[in-house]
Amino acid sequence: MILDRKSFLRLTGLSVLARKLVAAVTPKRWAMVVDARKCLQKEGCQKCIEACHRMHNVPAFAEPRHEVRWIWKEPFERAFPSQENLYSQAAFRDKPFPVFCNHCDNPPCVRVCPTGATWKRDDGIVMMDWHRCIGCRYCVAACPYGSRSFNWLDPRPRLTQMNAEFPTRTKGVVEKCTFCEERLARGEAPACVEACPEKAMVFGNLADPASEVRQLLGARYTVRRKPELGTRPEVYYIV
Amino acid sequence: MRDRGWIYSGLGLFLILVTYPFWQNLRAGVTSKGPDLRRPAEAKQCVMPVSYMRTSHMDLLASWRENAVRDGVRTFQSADGQTYNVSLSGTCITQCHASKEEFCDRCHNYASVSNYCWDCHVDPRQAHGSAR
Repeated sequence: MILDRKSFLRLTGLSVLARKLVAAVTPKRWAMVVDARKCLQKEGCQKCIEACHRMHNVPAFAEPRHEVRWIWKEPFERAFPSQENLYSQAAFRDKPFPVFCNHCDNPPCVRVCPTGATWKRDDGIVMMDWHRCIGCRYCVAACPYGSRSFNWLDPRPRLTQMNAEFPTRTKGVVEKCTFCEERLARGEAPACVEACPEKAMVFGNLADPASEVRQLLGARYTVRRKPELGTRPEVYYIV
Repeated sequence: MRDRGWIYSGLGLFLILVTYPFWQNLRAGVTSKGPDLRRPAEAKQCVMPVSYMRTSHMDLLASWRENAVRDGVRTFQSADGQTYNVSLSGTCITQCHASKEEFCDRCHNYASVSNYCWDCHVDPRQAHGSAR
């Protein structure tokens, strides 16, 4: 059998439709819970950052203005500027909290993208198509969490090693955390979750009441970053 | 017409210089031969018939890209029923066409086509050599 153009397109369309149907029957909403107490146990731990950046070919620029980051540590008062409780501020002041893309339910970056290079998937992941990014940086300006980085310079010379299974980016393209969607497709957990020695990061399906994230959210008090902005971030922190 | 000799030899020299690339290509036999591609050593069958790949590989790669990135469809079933992973570096280069330089580049250079696939996608050989 030789596949002609018409049947090739038909097959592709059908498989896409089948996936949408499966998604409609079994709803998925990926989310993350970070247990800050566990995370803060080991001072100076960078395991999650190293694992993520190595896996996704994230370059290390020496100059802060060129910095590209998918996951990084932010002092408590900068990560959670709306937490006004003075006493907890005193307890957590300057403590580094791991922060990354919140995969918002109402993502402002998606609204401003003029080319559709970033969009929200059915499972909640705010995805990027680097083929389509024209480098206008509207999304960088729109994201209130600083989760998006722009490649001001060619990232390749700054990579000490390259993972051939994941593309690098080029100069002039915006990038950010994708919740390791390429690993999720293989049934694996995100790289940061796997790398954390304290198991401080829990990843799972918010639409499933039996999932670990839902159990944690039901049992523990959690906060989110800048919830007053209405972006509905889907990364929760146990403090 | 005392300068006839100079004029004709000048014209002759001019003609030879202008047509030099044609003579050189004819002598080297490159015009009719086309680029010398290194074909896959083990794989006998591509994901689609060779005639289709020769003319429309860019369409196939573009549809792979759209399906994988946009819709999460990461496998491709070929006409003979085999299932392949949708991956430029992982499937095309690693599994079949061992060398990007001797397969992709040779033809693209010959046809003077510049594409930007490899500005981002990593040639597995390059990756092992660590940083450039």
